[in-house]
Amino acid sequence: MNADANGALEVRDLAIGYGSTFTMQDLTFEVPRGAVVGLIGPNGSGKSTLLKALAGVIPARRGRILLNGTPIDRSSGEIAFVPQREEVNWDFPVTARSVVTMGRYRRRGWLRWPGPDDHRRADAALARMGLEGMGNRHISQFSGGQQQRIFLARALVQEPRIVLLDEPLTGVDSANRAVFYETIRSFAAQQVTVIMATHELDEVPHLCSHVCCMDHGIVAFGPTAETYTPEILRRTFGGQVAVFS
Amino acid sequence: MSFFTDPLTYGFMQRAMLEACIVGGVCGIVGCFVVLRGLAFIGDALAHAVFPGVVISYMLDRSIVIGAFIFGFFTALGVGIVSRSRRVTEDSAIGVLFAAFFALGVVIISRQSGFRRDLGALLFGNVLGVSHTDVLVTVGIGAAVLLILFALLKEFTLTAFDSTLARSLGYPVFWLDMALLMLVTATIVVSLQTVGNILILALIVTPPATARLLTDDLYRMMALSATLGVVASIAGLYISYHWDLAAGATIVLTATAFFIVALVVAPDHGLLAHEIQKRRGHHHVHHYHPADEALTEDVPAR
Repeated sequence: MNADANGALEVRDLAIGYGSTFTMQDLTFEVPRGAVVGLIGPNGSGKSTLLKALAGVIPARRGRILLNGTPIDRSSGEIAFVPQREEVNWDFPVTARSVVTMGRYRRRGWLRWPGPDDHRRADAALARMGLEGMGNRHISQFSGGQQQRIFLARALVQEPRIVLLDEPLTGVDSANRAVFYETIRSFAAQQVTVIMATHELDEVPHLCSHVCCMDHGIVAFGPTAETYTPEILRRTFGGQVAVFS
Repeated sequence: MSFFTDPLTYGFMQRAMLEACIVGGVCGIVGCFVVLRGLAFIGDALAHAVFPGVVISYMLDRSIVIGAFIFGFFTALGVGIVSRSRRVTEDSAIGVLFAAFFALGVVIISRQSGFRRDLGALLFGNVLGVSHTDVLVTVGIGAAVLLILFALLKEFTLTAFDSTLARSLGYPVFWLDMALLMLVTATIVVSLQTVGNILILALIVTPPATARLLTDDLYRMMALSATLGVVASIAGLYISYHWDLAAGATIVLTATAFFIVALVVAPDHGLLAHEIQKRRGHHHVHHYHPADEALTEDVPAR
């Protein structure tokens, strides 16, 4: 019980799968509060699956996910999940502001509508993402990078304790990346834990305090300095990655 | 002026107008979620699956609402459970189920003498024959459906747009989906007398699809869809009265006409607008493709 009271995210013996088969099992690790974890591994290595299990999108078949020593209370919105862009119905008739306001729904509760305060927060979050005054536009009118920033704004207004990002940088150009890095760092500065699946290996040492290497299970988990090493990366990617020291 | 006032001198036409307006409005609003979630096929399945319930209550001389509700409830439950498991190919399972239910209804009614006449009324509705009680039942159920829909509107919107977020927020997504299917079932049940089993889907799908072409805002879409449903019902009834056409089918064709007009002239999504934009060489903003901007990463893969 080394995790209680310090806000750590503790995953114990987690097994994930559909039906009667486990796609992954025996996942155990502990993320200190305010850490930025880079989740890396080959395609299909289970990064998305792990994130979705942490988010509660797919059920954990066994094991525990504890935050601050107690089971996660998703209904308070303490976990924010930024899905891959392909997973969202961009033709749905909503504006950017409505999407961001959805991050406040749980705080409002059943039978209650978001109020002026929620809309103010949504507008402020959009402005912080460089989308000031664009809240009334339909979501399909934004570029890919902008759509990702709308989702990041939604995570912001959720006031989460944990933010899960599934390949947020895919299809985002370098101009758009700066605001991403800045936001992730500010989450960490506010002691919000960030776990981010990414293919951008080069960015990991600059951005992440911890690295989780995955290949149908966890190959290695630890502080970046100890885990982001040529040897471990080679083990994770099966020798198919060029490692620069 | 007598074109509009003459039919209303008859009590049956007054009741038909009222019934069709309520049905058109409720279908228009509930149908928005059917269209946005791609549930048209499931809606059709529900409409067919309630048929044995309709037939049985008809034969027992009870309100068809009761029988339809019982069958609709279990079908909605079945559909919800089937679509939850990933192993069954969902649409074949639903297809098998609803065709069988429908056939069961036909077999039951074929045991009756003179069943062809009854079958026609049940399959295509008989809005001109609704009683005061029928109208009251429609008002009651319609109001209940709208009340529940608006009470859960925030949650229905969220699960329709991004069910991943809904799950990560700990919402009971399965039960919300079930609630939506129940509302669709109730809508179908109260609409049966207006347009019947076969055509009900048109009232649920056509006005929302038309409204979607005309607006990018969910609430405007719902308001517009309800309006279109009501207007199509009124216009359809007038046309059917004056030209002596089948009422339910005329309402459906009127709604279809609205859809075709919108498809051509809608400001952003219409065919004309697309053509004009193509001629001008403008990139249409609504057709943004994520792939345009994707940087193909050299991903280490095995």
